[in-house]
Amino acid sequence: MIGITSYGAYIPRTRLPLSVIGGRPPKEGGPERAVAWNDEDAVTLGAAAAIHCLKDLDRSQVDMLIFASTTLPFQEKQAAALVARVLDLGRDVETTDHTGSTRAGTSALRAAFDAVKAGSARSVLVIASDARMAAPKSGMEANFGDGAAAFLVSDGDPIATLEGAHAVSDEVTDVWRPAGHEFTHSWEDRFVIQESFTPNMHAALAGFFESSGTQIEDYQRVALYAPDARSHAGLAKAAGVTTDAIQPPLYGRLGNAGTAFAPLLLVAALEAARPGEKILLANFGNGADVTAFTTTDAVEKLGDRRGVAWNLARRRVVESYDDYIKAKGLAATEWEAGTNPGLSATILFRERDDDLSLLGQQCNQCGAIQFPAQRLCETCFAKDDFARVRLSDRTGKVVTYTFDFFFPTPNPPTIVTITDVDGARIHLQVVEIEAEQVAIGQEVEFVFRKIHESGGRPNYYWKGIPKPD
Amino acid sequence: MAKRESIRDKVSIVGVGCCHFGENWDQSPSDMIVDAAFEAYADAGIENPQEQIDAVFTGSVYSNKGPHECADALKLFNKPVSFATNYCATGTDLIRLGVMSIAAGLYDTVLVVGYDKPKDRGVSGPSVVVDRVRDLPQTPAGWFSLAAATYFDKYGAGREDLAKIAIKNHANGCLAPKSFLKRPITEEDYFKARIISWPFGLYDSAAQTDGAAAAILTRSDLASQYSKEPVLVKGVTVRAGPNPQKDPNNDFLSWKPTAWARDDVYEMAGITDARAEIGVAQVHDCFSLTELLTYEDLGFCEKGSAKEHIADGTFELTGDLPVNTDGGLKTFGHPTGATGVRMVYENVQQLRGLAGDRQVQGVDGKYAVSHNIGGHPTACGIAVLGRQ
Repeated sequence: MIGITSYGAYIPRTRLPLSVIGGRPPKEGGPERAVAWNDEDAVTLGAAAAIHCLKDLDRSQVDMLIFASTTLPFQEKQAAALVARVLDLGRDVETTDHTGSTRAGTSALRAAFDAVKAGSARSVLVIASDARMAAPKSGMEANFGDGAAAFLVSDGDPIATLEGAHAVSDEVTDVWRPAGHEFTHSWEDRFVIQESFTPNMHAALAGFFESSGTQIEDYQRVALYAPDARSHAGLAKAAGVTTDAIQPPLYGRLGNAGTAFAPLLLVAALEAARPGEKILLANFGNGADVTAFTTTDAVEKLGDRRGVAWNLARRRVVESYDDYIKAKGLAATEWEAGTNPGLSATILFRERDDDLSLLGQQCNQCGAIQFPAQRLCETCFAKDDFARVRLSDRTGKVVTYTFDFFFPTPNPPTIVTITDVDGARIHLQVVEIEAEQVAIGQEVEFVFRKIHESGGRPNYYWKGIPKPD
Repeated sequence: MAKRESIRDKVSIVGVGCCHFGENWDQSPSDMIVDAAFEAYADAGIENPQEQIDAVFTGSVYSNKGPHECADALKLFNKPVSFATNYCATGTDLIRLGVMSIAAGLYDTVLVVGYDKPKDRGVSGPSVVVDRVRDLPQTPAGWFSLAAATYFDKYGAGREDLAKIAIKNHANGCLAPKSFLKRPITEEDYFKARIISWPFGLYDSAAQTDGAAAAILTRSDLASQYSKEPVLVKGVTVRAGPNPQKDPNNDFLSWKPTAWARDDVYEMAGITDARAEIGVAQVHDCFSLTELLTYEDLGFCEKGSAKEHIADGTFELTGDLPVNTDGGLKTFGHPTGATGVRMVYENVQQLRGLAGDRQVQGVDGKYAVSHNIGGHPTACGIAVLGRQ
């Protein structure tokens, strides 16, 4: 049976209270939004969601990866190929990026079902991720949120099957971002709601109900994209969704996560669903689409997954708007970012298994695990006799540490450790921990992050975070 | 392996020179090389270097001009001029290359010149190297501070112990005419200063400066032909080590290359009781903790006991085994390639009894040791000098 066989979510731990945007101190319980911090972008968010989705699963089964985002770090150079390398999926994987609309995630999900159904793919990993930027102090800045969701679609023992889908397309300049622009633009919001969002959503819902022969009352969970809380409530009411059925839209906690928004609501619905529930998912962006799922008995048997609830429970509150501005690279600096060609592409190429896949090597002679790859064994000096071993899904232990105030970062110090992973020693930045909490023996797990922007492009590597409980 | 003591006493230092270390905005590398070399010529009584110098060993960490920079500055052409680099241990390695070339019978008299000119780069400390995505941040403070958490955890030392080293080296630097910083500091100054990479603050960190230092080496049987009292090279060595950041069994309580080089050079010199036989030492205090670890790694005191000996004043000018009598890298300055040669310069002054206000008493009949480490650290060079 074809269906969703696993899911994962990632929401950045950093939350920006709307009060801080307004120049006031954070208020516990007040509205906030999730913010990709300086070492995060759509690729790192998506990679994290995918790692959570693939937990304890055989990654070699994945033969297609679709990365959906409107904030791809590169207009030319594929995010899906990068993330496939991060996940160590091997070479025999079809990779593709879906972009251009906040609907890219749901259209990717539908494409995944079509590919498996047609027999052209065995197991498709769909990642929807966005980290959209809005002008400082604008309404959109307060409204947006960052995050990612990932789904595995396979012919196996699914937790949810696809019941049907319907899409409508529309050409309208309501919300847009021209190539090269940093900030999302929007026409007057009343125009967006009245002439684009409302009619497109109603058209997609009507078309779906007609083609599926179902009605809104048939669905126990209804997850609706909407630009904001008010339009969400308006649509839910007009569509006849009962309060019980409405999937909480997470405004004031996550924010409008663009391409990831509707997929994250689907993850939240799956986390809470019991077997045999019908889930309706409606998404918007240059048209609208509706996708419907039915959960199976397996929904309760899927092992522990880091979904929306797990992510929302981890928080670090930004206290100062200046910190946010610095982290987003929006503060004026003495020197313009250089136009140098960046790190050597040939070095990045040679070291991609180490730096992107975090593959160490295990000596076939003495068994020692080491990082990075070297010709001679660090321990017994045997030559060229190693097996590669993936370290990214292992945990490490801090051997020693320092707090570096010299390395350029918006929030010094940079916490730097030597971390031991089954004998391999890795020079590793550790984040999402306060300096005074770092200790020898601290257990860490690996997260894929942006390490710097030499050459005006993101350069990625791994960091550690304290191993979550 | 060849008998290590075979090099002992074969080579003597007959002249040393050192330019003023500091932010030498108005001096080029050539200017500093000429100052250092001509002081060494004068010290050795060399009046015709074109005839009297057989070969030159020069080196720097930052220069990319190779041996020509030194050869051209001194117009020493039509003779072998070689350039070597070994990070911050470059200076001691240059001495070693010179000693080996004479001991091998290739030359009678050679000139060694170490120098660096970091202050042309527009940054106050070393640059943050960003040429990869791994191993970041890449600053010496970040490398050397990695031994602090482990050492403090195991032996209970802390920043208050490091402060005493910084205060000592600031005091000693005030007594050295050619030092960069001549400013005593208090414990209050130490704790008020900003942190660079915990636990290192500003006063734990060496002053990166411009500078050049030179030495004239000759066959010991020819040494008496030169003007000053010669100083014998008892041993000199260099040891390479693994990158401590990926070394699978590094304990971050000492630096391996220092221990390895110590074993080798003490055997060359015949040192069996370092604390009793060594009268003065210049050690690599790129950071205060590096000096502390070196007290232990060179056998001046037991591993883990440095803080007690620091408290006793053992390593102060009037102490039992004075260390960094000219202020060390901390205040004399650290022009990377020059530092190992500068240490030899100071030890020669001390052994000759010409160190002025910073002269160590009771150094007669004892060894003078200079210790350099380089890289993460991934290398160590040690030179042992003596009068008899």
